Amino acid sequence: MTFEAVSYESIPHALISGIAISLLCSVVGLFLVLRKFSLFGDALAHSAFGGVAFGLFIGIYPLWIACAVAILSALGLTKIRQKFDISGDAIVAILLSTGLGAGVILVSLTEDFEFHDIEEFLFGSAIVDTQNVVAILAMAGIILTILFFTYKKILYSTFSEEQAKASGIPVEKMSYLLIAMAGVTVVISMQLVGVLLISALFVLPNVSAMLYARSFKQTVILSMSFAVFATVSGIIMSYQFEIAQAGCIVLVAAAIFIGSLVAKGSGLVKTAGILAK
Amino acid sequence: MFINNSGVDFTMIVDIQKLSVDYSGIKALDDISFGIAEGDFLGIIGPNGAGKSTLFHCMLGLRTQYDGTIKFFGQDIRDSRKYLSQVGFVPQKPVVDRNFPATIREVLSMSQNSSDSKKVDEALQKVWMHELADRRIGDLSVGQQQRVFIAKALVNSPKILVLDEPVTGIDQYNQDLFFQILGELNTKEKISIIWASHDLDAVERLASKVACLNKTLFFHGISEEFFSDDEMLKKYSETSMQMHMHHH
Ligand SMILES: Nc1ncnc2c1ncn2[C@@H]1O[C@H](COP(=O)(O)OP(=O)(O)OP(=O)(O)O)[C@@H](O)[C@H]1O
Ligand SMILES: [Mg+2]
Repeated sequence: MTFEAVSYESIPHALISGIAISLLCSVVGLFLVLRKFSLFGDALAHSAFGGVAFGLFIGIYPLWIACAVAILSALGLTKIRQKFDISGDAIVAILLSTGLGAGVILVSLTEDFEFHDIEEFLFGSAIVDTQNVVAILAMAGIILTILFFTYKKILYSTFSEEQAKASGIPVEKMSYLLIAMAGVTVVISMQLVGVLLISALFVLPNVSAMLYARSFKQTVILSMSFAVFATVSGIIMSYQFEIAQAGCIVLVAAAIFIGSLVAKGSGLVKTAGILAK
Repeated sequence: MFINNSGVDFTMIVDIQKLSVDYSGIKALDDISFGIAEGDFLGIIGPNGAGKSTLFHCMLGLRTQYDGTIKFFGQDIRDSRKYLSQVGFVPQKPVVDRNFPATIREVLSMSQNSSDSKKVDEALQKVWMHELADRRIGDLSVGQQQRVFIAKALVNSPKILVLDEPVTGIDQYNQDLFFQILGELNTKEKISIIWASHDLDAVERLASKVACLNKTLFFHGISEEFFSDDEMLKKYSETSMQMHMHHH
């Protein structure tokens, strides 16, 4: 298979959509990480892959199908989870494997199928057309606005479900809202980093930020900065060295994490966090 | 001096009638009726598994499958959830993730729509935690975290404070401090307190009224009456023993 590197003409589009996507992924990802649901993005992406394959199979623009499939299956499983008390990591495993399984079957059934179509969704694409950039910016804007008005309630539900419920916060509705937003985020981010690498943008910037930050506000700002830095430098690296863009972004994010660990471990930065305990 | 539950009494801010709960066929609460008057400091005592947390979950809308009626301020809680803004709740053993990236101040302002920092400061002052306001919640000791949870329950100036065994695992010094804070909230701030505990001594010292629960409510009334009634105390320890034997 061939991996695409960023070409000169596509740099502005890639950068603009990349920045929007990284801001979005870092905030949505933070709530997932705090809920011990780090791999949920991955699970969503795999079930979205099932949706992509289905879209290719019936010949409809696959991303919208992917979006619907990811959100509906995640909401359905959350409902089942609450009813039958199934643990979160089991739900992630179910969603992940079922989505991929369905996708693989559908791919094998699609006749005039070109591998390139699917590869784009698995590993991300360097080419984002103008229409897509507008869609990405609009979706990112909508989700970030919703989050701005609801983050306290979501955070409270995450911090203490019992106390939040008892103070009248609709905890279940907040969970559904978060899952729906994560679903949309995954689908629009798939274009940049692909199904297989999406967790990186959800998890790495947040875990790195939590090593340093002393407050929630600081965590959000640091995580967003790490994510944007990883994406921008990943895209530039991809162009410079003609290597796969998604891989570059993820490796920069991982390097930031390792750098943070080293800085923290060597006592360069003195703050509370994962390592301290 | 028993409180008459069958008659209509408008001074009752909480009124529970014939409350029964079962968990898939097994009864956890059986036909409980009692009321709470304004200013009460009610200690709810009962052994493990007696149904204290279940009772609170019903009262606070965390559990909606129950028989009977629960009224707050004269209104059935099935009809409206507005009463929750007047009630502060401290759950049993609230666990804080060591890595949770929020300061104490941020934890308190989660409960508020506006970021009214004055109310947050006041609530922290009431539990003597204002000096630590900008520390990360995960860096505190368990006892300190417990006080933050109380401050969190107080931040919207509730009329009623509900605490589910708040001092389990806290040392004597901090327990005493905690009891002192509760006493002040009850007498100075006129907050009615409902407090579940299996520490009979502490309840005897602090509470003005006692409800004794073990699936059924077998005593509800003035604290002194319960603790001076040897029959009652004997009955209580017997049912506790039975519960233990049943469990082991
Ligand atoms: N979610 C649940 N599912 C099934 N049974 C439950 C559930 N929660 C509680 N129970 C049962 O209901 C009974 C009352 O439990 P509850 O937690 O209300 O007791 P408690 O008085 O708070 O005990 P403790 O002092 O240990 O906190 C127990 O027998 C328990 O086994
Ligand atoms: Mg309990």
